[in-house]
Amino acid sequence: MEWVNAVVQGILVGGLYALFAAGLSLIFGVMRLVNIAHGDLIVLSAYIALLTMQATGLDLMTNLIIVVPLMAVLGYALQRGLLNFTLGRDILPPLLVTFGLSIIIQNGLLSYFTADSRRLRSGALEVSSFPIGGGIDIGVLPLITFCIAVGVIALLQFVFYATPVGRAFRATSDDPEVARIMGIDNRHIFGLAMALSLAVVAIAGVFLGARTIFDPASGPARLLFGFEAVIIGGLGNLWGTLAGGIILGVAQAIGAQIHPGWQLLAGHIVFLIVLAVRPRGLFPRVEG
Amino acid sequence: MSEAARFRVTQSTRTSQVAAIVALAGIVVLAAVPWWGGRSEMLLLGQIFAYLALASLWNLLAGFTGLVSIGQQAYVGFGGYMLFAFAIFAGINPLLTIPIAGALGALVAIPVGMLVFRLSGAYFAIGTWVVAEVFRLSFAQVSALGGGSGNSLPAHVVRGMAPDRDMRDMLIYWAALAIALAVIGFVYAILRSRQGLALTAIRDSEPASESLGVNIWRTKFIVYVLSAGATAMVGALIFLQKLRISPDAAFSVNDWTAYVIFITVIGGIGRIEGPLIGTVVYFLLRELLSDLGPVYLMILGAVAIVVMLRAPRGIWGFVVERYGIELFPVQRRLHLEGAGGSPGMRRTGASAAGADAASPAKPE
Amino acid sequence: MPETVLQVSHLNAFYGQFQALFDVSLSVEAGEVLAIIGANGAGKSTLLKSIAGLMQVPARSVLFRGRPVGGLPANEVVKRGITLVPEGRRLFPSLSVEENLLIGGQLKRPGRWTLDEIYKLFPVLRDRRRVPATSLSGGQQQMCAIGRALMSNPEFIMFDEISLGLAPVIIKDIYAALPSVIAGGAGAIIVEQDITRALEVATRVICLQEGRISLEGRPRELDRATISAAYFGT
Repeated sequence: MEWVNAVVQGILVGGLYALFAAGLSLIFGVMRLVNIAHGDLIVLSAYIALLTMQATGLDLMTNLIIVVPLMAVLGYALQRGLLNFTLGRDILPPLLVTFGLSIIIQNGLLSYFTADSRRLRSGALEVSSFPIGGGIDIGVLPLITFCIAVGVIALLQFVFYATPVGRAFRATSDDPEVARIMGIDNRHIFGLAMALSLAVVAIAGVFLGARTIFDPASGPARLLFGFEAVIIGGLGNLWGTLAGGIILGVAQAIGAQIHPGWQLLAGHIVFLIVLAVRPRGLFPRVEG
Repeated sequence: MSEAARFRVTQSTRTSQVAAIVALAGIVVLAAVPWWGGRSEMLLLGQIFAYLALASLWNLLAGFTGLVSIGQQAYVGFGGYMLFAFAIFAGINPLLTIPIAGALGALVAIPVGMLVFRLSGAYFAIGTWVVAEVFRLSFAQVSALGGGSGNSLPAHVVRGMAPDRDMRDMLIYWAALAIALAVIGFVYAILRSRQGLALTAIRDSEPASESLGVNIWRTKFIVYVLSAGATAMVGALIFLQKLRISPDAAFSVNDWTAYVIFITVIGGIGRIEGPLIGTVVYFLLRELLSDLGPVYLMILGAVAIVVMLRAPRGIWGFVVERYGIELFPVQRRLHLEGAGGSPGMRRTGASAAGADAASPAKPE
Repeated sequence: MPETVLQVSHLNAFYGQFQALFDVSLSVEAGEVLAIIGANGAGKSTLLKSIAGLMQVPARSVLFRGRPVGGLPANEVVKRGITLVPEGRRLFPSLSVEENLLIGGQLKRPGRWTLDEIYKLFPVLRDRRRVPATSLSGGQQQMCAIGRALMSNPEFIMFDEISLGLAPVIIKDIYAALPSVIAGGAGAIIVEQDITRALEVATRVICLQEGRISLEGRPRELDRATISAAYFGT
């Protein structure tokens, strides 16, 4: 029964991983940018939530109303102020600039908040759970996180496929030059895409912080989980990313069951196996 | 066609010949440090040589071959652990196992390379990072090598390296100098060779070079494996200097990738001279600013960003563009004679900073 | 006195170090259809791109209705009323036929072209509006590309090699629709390799040869031999 429980918990944490991955996948889809600082931005959101919760006394969920728009604005500014200038043919500039950004964010957080681990208080949510039989308990917070992940992905799909701005995202991703002669201002579209990505990052950060302790150096691991979820699930497919997150979560949970020190390793190894046998992922989007 | 112009291809220039002489003198001076310098100088220089070697290798991968890896710490740590393994399990003199660690590093890079080469661009970069994490987590599980908290080099092995401590310091120092020179020589040799020309062709245009018969995948793979081996060798040296190893130190992305990238970017990606300058600048900044702690790192990050956006060719790139100097001549010059009368000179694109050539300007 | 709608003056265009256009000057009057012919690589597409804002050129080298538009970003040029139907169609593969048309109209410039009007012009597009645009046949894609350009209700429209890769009967259909497309606009430029078609529909012809204008005149005034010489530079 412990194994079933491990799998169930793994599925639930997969939702969180899918949240990590969704923002990453979105940005790569629209502008072929991989943001090395992605994980650090998730941790930054968690710290911002810490501050706003302390300052306003709002609870975890209500606090999203502040953090999400804040990060969205930050995303737009970041894209138009810095990252737009790195885009082009060469892969080095975006990679190195976002790497530098990662270092800056981590050390900025370290200077301001010290290396102490933190946690976001969610009150009763933290400890609530309900049994579903067979001795398995489902935590309320993990369940909420999973449901929000599904909701976020559904929302992103809707934005991409049923709204004018989503149409502009897809067109710009297909052919940035022709998109411009349609009247699309690429710089603005990329800014909007990054705003959307960081909005998702904010949600991910808040639920990360509620679920586990975090410190300034927690970012890179989140980037890796998000990245692995994207690759396992398949590029260009957000629902696939959810599947990837779940597979990763389950792999880690099973690994932890076998031996506590193997949790992370199990996840990485499953990723490498998928990379070896299905390099395009399990559910890649079929190119028209 | 009796009017066909004759041509010859040359590689060295006056400046590079002068530089070679200066370099030779410099090497002699450095080799003599044990006599005119003390322990701390040797330690510092040893660190400088290690970073110089790592940066040159990363430059070869990213700047010349287009393989941007942020996981080279995997091989640094691997090399270190191999050295320690030989010392702990077999008691072999570490100075002898440095090259073996390198060879093993190259060997392990083969399956790793086959995996990560399934990814490209930025995804390749993150993939290499995942591999490094796998290495870190795996070595942390090996209790015989110290597990999560690591291990020191056994005392009897340390003593067995040389008759006394001073001699030992000298041997390690000369090993560091030799390795740094070997690595730079290796990078230079590759770039002067036909492989190097192939690399530049690939960098300028993959489709074009492929149509000319260049096997892109194999060329890149060979460079990746050889670099990994050399990196592992440097890693072995680094941890020999430290006399202690642990998973977090061995596979630290900050120590072995972030700083290395900084050095290469500031100095000049795609130029052999770049890492030389970058290393000097890095250690100067470290001397001046490291007291600031995390702020120092923020400054490094900010400087790297600014350089990447404003002066993407780094300090040395700037110098080359202004003055056309090249200390390590890899650019091939085509001298045309006959037909047109006076011997003309045209430079062919064996320069590694390929983006200026005939690429269409992207309007944006 | 006919009004000059588009004026290109001493235009030089570069791709990196490679010069594609040398001191090109031309003008289009209101209601004119200018055909630009020339061999591959002569610089025809480069010329259209320079006008459309896809290349960096000095501001005053392109004047539209007397105002400089050279070097403006392409999305600004469209707002001014100049639209390009790009070479090779270049529809968005991730978008359906209808979505491609809608994207064309996203600036919401006022005018007679709406989704319904486009479907009236090219009925086959209505039948296949939901399929991915790139799964259409070559001729249908060309119709979609033209429709997409029309959705921005341009004053001045440029066609880059719309007959490329299409069967003659399809080309005939598309050119049959052209007069109603161009009518009411300020003018048009058609780039063509098919010289016969170009001469049929144009009021004036320009020939480009290796980046320079080698011939200019009205279709009726030019004979085959002159055109051939200008085309090939012999």
